[in-house]
Amino acid sequence: MRRDDDISGSLDWPTIFLFIALVLLGWLNIFAAIYDETANQTIWDLSLSSGRQLMFIAAAIIIIVGIVIIDMRFYETFAYLFYGAILIMLFLVPFIGKEVGGNKAWIGVGSFGVQPSEFAKFITALAVAKFVGSVGFRMDNLRNQAILFALIGIPIILIQLQKDTGTALVFTSFVLVFYREGMSPFILIVGICAATIFILTLLIPNQWYLHGSIALILAGLIYFGKKKFKRIAILTIGALLISGVIESVDYVVNDVLKPHQQNRVKVLINPDIDPLGVGWNVTQSKIAIGSGGFFGKGFLKGTQTKFDFVPKQSTDFIFCTIGEEFGWVGSVVVIALFVALMLRVVFLAERQKSRFARTYGYSVACILFFHFAINIGMTVGLFPVIGIPLPFFSYGGSSLWGFTILLFILLKLDAHRGEMLQRV
Amino acid sequence: MNEGRKEILQLVFVLVAIIFLIKLFFIQVLDNKYAELADSNAILRQVEYPFRGLIKDRNGKLIVFNTPEYDVTVILKEVKNFDTAYFCRVFEISREEVRKRFKEMKSRKEFSPVKPTLFIDQLSNEDFAKVQDRLDDFSGFYIEARTTRAYSTNALANALGYVSEISKDRLENDADKIYKQGDYIGQSGIEAFYEEQLRGKRGIRFKLRNVKGIEKGSFKDGAYDTLSVPGQDLITGIDLDLQLYGERLMQGKSGSIAAIEPSTGEVLALVSGPSYDPTLLTGKNYSSNFKFISTDSMKPLFNRPLMAQYRPGSIFKIAQAMTALQEGVITPDTRFRCDKSLIGCHAGHDNQDLRGAIANSCNPYFFATLRKMLNKNISNSPFEDTRIGLAEWNKHINSFGFGNRLGIDLPNEKNGLIPTPAHYDKAYNNRPWKFSNIYSIAIGEGENLVVPIQMANFAATIANRGFYYVPHLVKAIGKDGKPLPQYTERQYTTIDSAYFKIAVDAMQQVVETGTGQYRARLADVIVCGKTGTVQNDPLPAHSVFIAFAPRDNPKIAISVYVEDAGQGARAAASIASLMIEKYLFGKTKRQFIEDYVLIGKFLD
Repeated sequence: MRRDDDISGSLDWPTIFLFIALVLLGWLNIFAAIYDETANQTIWDLSLSSGRQLMFIAAAIIIIVGIVIIDMRFYETFAYLFYGAILIMLFLVPFIGKEVGGNKAWIGVGSFGVQPSEFAKFITALAVAKFVGSVGFRMDNLRNQAILFALIGIPIILIQLQKDTGTALVFTSFVLVFYREGMSPFILIVGICAATIFILTLLIPNQWYLHGSIALILAGLIYFGKKKFKRIAILTIGALLISGVIESVDYVVNDVLKPHQQNRVKVLINPDIDPLGVGWNVTQSKIAIGSGGFFGKGFLKGTQTKFDFVPKQSTDFIFCTIGEEFGWVGSVVVIALFVALMLRVVFLAERQKSRFARTYGYSVACILFFHFAINIGMTVGLFPVIGIPLPFFSYGGSSLWGFTILLFILLKLDAHRGEMLQRV
Repeated sequence: MNEGRKEILQLVFVLVAIIFLIKLFFIQVLDNKYAELADSNAILRQVEYPFRGLIKDRNGKLIVFNTPEYDVTVILKEVKNFDTAYFCRVFEISREEVRKRFKEMKSRKEFSPVKPTLFIDQLSNEDFAKVQDRLDDFSGFYIEARTTRAYSTNALANALGYVSEISKDRLENDADKIYKQGDYIGQSGIEAFYEEQLRGKRGIRFKLRNVKGIEKGSFKDGAYDTLSVPGQDLITGIDLDLQLYGERLMQGKSGSIAAIEPSTGEVLALVSGPSYDPTLLTGKNYSSNFKFISTDSMKPLFNRPLMAQYRPGSIFKIAQAMTALQEGVITPDTRFRCDKSLIGCHAGHDNQDLRGAIANSCNPYFFATLRKMLNKNISNSPFEDTRIGLAEWNKHINSFGFGNRLGIDLPNEKNGLIPTPAHYDKAYNNRPWKFSNIYSIAIGEGENLVVPIQMANFAATIANRGFYYVPHLVKAIGKDGKPLPQYTERQYTTIDSAYFKIAVDAMQQVVETGTGQYRARLADVIVCGKTGTVQNDPLPAHSVFIAFAPRDNPKIAISVYVEDAGQGARAAASIASLMIEKYLFGKTKRQFIEDYVLIGKFLD
C-alpha cells in the first residue's frame, strides 16, 4: 500500500529536528568564525561564507524535497548504476578537475564547483547495502567479502589519487558496517592492533624496546602454557609477524609517507616539535578551544578564530569556534546532538525490515561517526590533522548536500519500511 | 546471529563522545594555559613610554631634555622579497651584520615571527631621515619612536650621570617588577638618584590583533588601558653659567670645585676635572664610548667632588680652632710661639693670637692648640689622656660634616676619615699611642681625609655661623616644587655660634692681609677664605682653598681642590675668587687672574 500522500507524517521527526539543530548551529558558527567587528557585516551577507552557506542550506531543502518525492525503490534499483557513474567521475577528476587548497578534488564551471568525493559516500553506502541485501549474500563467504572490500577499496584508491587522504579514510568506516552485518571481528581486531602498534612505534623512538617486549611476552607464553609444538609454532610466527609490522611502520613513516604527512603524524605525538610550522594548526586549534573555558567567551566574542589564528576556521576547524565562544557547555551540547543523531540513526537502522535498508542505515551511522570522531579528535589534538568536515557544521555546499542526501535517503527508506520485502 | 553487535557499536559511539568531553574538560576548564596563550595571541600590549623628567638649572635653563630616536623592528612573517644588498645600502650596515642580527634575533627566548622584534636600535634623527622614505621598500620592517637623553651643554656630566639599558642583575633584583628588559634606567648621578621621580609611569594599551599582527581595535573598549604619566621635572640649584665657567677654569687640571648656597645647601656648581661630554653616553655609540671613557687613565668618570678623598691641609685649622675654643683650652687672645722645632712653618710671623695664626696659617700654633686639647690631664696616663681628648675632638670635628658622607643627592659619595681612638688602635696594632704619635692631624695632614663637597659644606657652615643644610643638587621636584625633606633641616655643629665670628674674622684677614691676599681678594665684596697646601711628596703639593662671600649674608661658599698645583694661594685661591666674582657679579673683571688660571703654570 502506498502512502505518498502523507509522507511528512511518516518521516522520522526526531532525526529531522536534530538535522535542523546541527545545520542552524553550523550556520551561526560559520558567521562567528569569519566575523569582523570592524566591517559592519550581517549574517545574510552573500559575500560572506555565512550568506553562501544559507544558499547551500536552501538548496539542501530542495534536495530533501526531491528525495522524499522520488520513489523509494529508485535508490536500491539504481544503486550500482550510481556507483559506476561516480567511479567514472572520481576517475576523471584528476584530469578535468580544478585544484582547490592543494587537492584536485573539484569539478565545476566558473566559481561553482562540487566535490564528487562527497557524493561518493552515500552512493557507496547504497551499493554496499544493495550487495549485502542481495539474495544469496553470506558474510562468511570469502568471495562476498572480497567484493565488499572492493566496493569500498576502489573509491579509496580513486580519491587517494586526488590526494584527499581524509575523505579516502572515511570509507574505512564501512568495516564497522560489515562487522554489524556479521563479518568476523578478527579483521576489526587486527586493524585496531595494527593501529596500536603503529602508534606505539611512533611513540617509542627505538623499536628494539618493542621487539624486546614481544620476545619477552612470547617467552612467557611458551613457558607458562602447554608446551605443544603446534602452539609454540603459531605463537612464534605471530610474534615474528608483529615485529615485521613494527619494522614496516618505521619504513612506511620514513619512506612512504610524504614529508608533510610524516609531520602530521609526528606532531600528533609531540605538537611542540614545530609549534610554528606543522604544529601550528593543532596548537592554535587547542588554544582557541581551550581559551573558551566553561561557558565560553560568548557569540561573536571569540578572538582566536575570527582573527585567523586558527586555519580553515569555517570548514575543517569549525569546532574551534564552538569551543571558544560557547565553552565546555557548548561543546557538550554539540557532541550530545551528534551522539543523539548517531544513536537515532542506529535505532532507525535496526527497525528496518529489509537488510538493504538496515545496512544502509548503519552506513549512515558509521560515516557520521567517522567524520565526528576524526574531525573533533583532530581539533582537540587526539588525532592527526586529517582534513575532513564536521557533518552539517562545516562550510561548503558539497559537504552539506552529501550529508543531507545520505541522511534523508535513510529517512525516506524508513518512512516506507512497511513496504519493504523482508529478505533476511 | 550478530547479537550484541548493535550495542557494541552504540557503546563505541558513546565512548568516543565521552573521551572528547573529558579531553575538552581538561583543556577548557582545568587548564588555564590555553586562555593565557589565546590572550598573548590576540592581545597586543602596546607600551607607551613616558617622557623622562627634564633637568633644569636654578634659573630655569634646560640642562637635560629628551630627543627622539628610532628603533627599527621587524615582523619576520611579513618579510617578503628581502633585498639584502639594498637593505645594507640604505641602513649602511654590512651583509654579515644583517645576517648576524637575524640570527641573534631568532635565538631570543621571546622571539615570535608574528610579533615585532628589535632589529636595529637607536637610529638618530638624521639617520632616520635618511631611511624614512625607503622603509616602504622593506615589507615587515617598522619604525618605533622613543626618546633619548640630550644635553644643552657638555657641562656637569658626572653630576648628571647617564641613562642606559637596564642590566641583567638590576632586572633580576627588581622586586616590584617595574622594569622590563630593554628599559632605560639612570645609571649614575642625578639620573640614578632621582630615577624614581624621573622615570614616570609607563602606559599600556591593550589592542586586539589578528594573526598577521594587524590591529583590530581596542580590547574591551580600553577598559584596562592606562595612560603614560611623564616623569617629574627636576629644578637643580646649579647655576649653569657658573658651572660652565668652573669647567672652563678646570680645563687641563685634575681636581674639583664645589660651590654651595649657604642659606639653603643648594649646590651652585659641581665641577670634576677632567670631565667628559655627556652626549657620548647616549645613542647607539654608547657601548664603545663608555669603554673609551671608563678606561681613560685620567678617570673622567670619577666624580672628584664626592669621591676623591684628600687630606684637607691648612683649611682644617679653622675646625681645630673652633673645637679648641668650644673646649675652652684656648681663647681668641691665646698666643703661642711659632716654634719650628715642634713642626715646620713658613717665615714672617711669630707669637700670634688665634686670628693671626689662622691668617698666617701658623703650624706650631695649632700643634700647641691640639696638644692642649688632647692632653687635658684628665688621666695621669699620657696614653689614656690622649684617648679621652681625641674622642671629644672627633665628636666636634664630625659635627662639621667631616668623617661621614653628608648625604648629597648623588650616589657614590665617600665618607672621608676623621680618626677615632679605635682607628689608631688598629693602626698601631694595639700598641700604645699618644699625642706625639698623632700630632700631624693638627694641621690637616696625617690620617685626616675629606672630600671636596665636605670642604665646601665646611665653608658654608662657617658662613652660616654654625649650621649647614645637607648639600643637594635638586631644589625642586616636579609640580610640588620642594626638595627631598632631608634637605630642609638645619644641621647644627657642636660649636657655639659666637666662636664662628672669630673664624669669620680670621678668614677675612686671610684674604685681606694673610696668605690669600693677592689672588683671593675682590674689590667690591668682602671675601672670607682659607688656603691650604697639602703635602703630596714626591709630587707637587695639592692646592686648596675654601671661601665664602659676602662676609655678611653670604651667597656662596666654595671649595677648590687642584691636584699637584702647589700652594693654595695660587691655583685654588684664584679659581675660588673667580667663581665667587662670576656668581656675585655675573662677570669677572680680573683678566690677569683668569689668564693665570687658564694657562695653568702654578708651580714657577
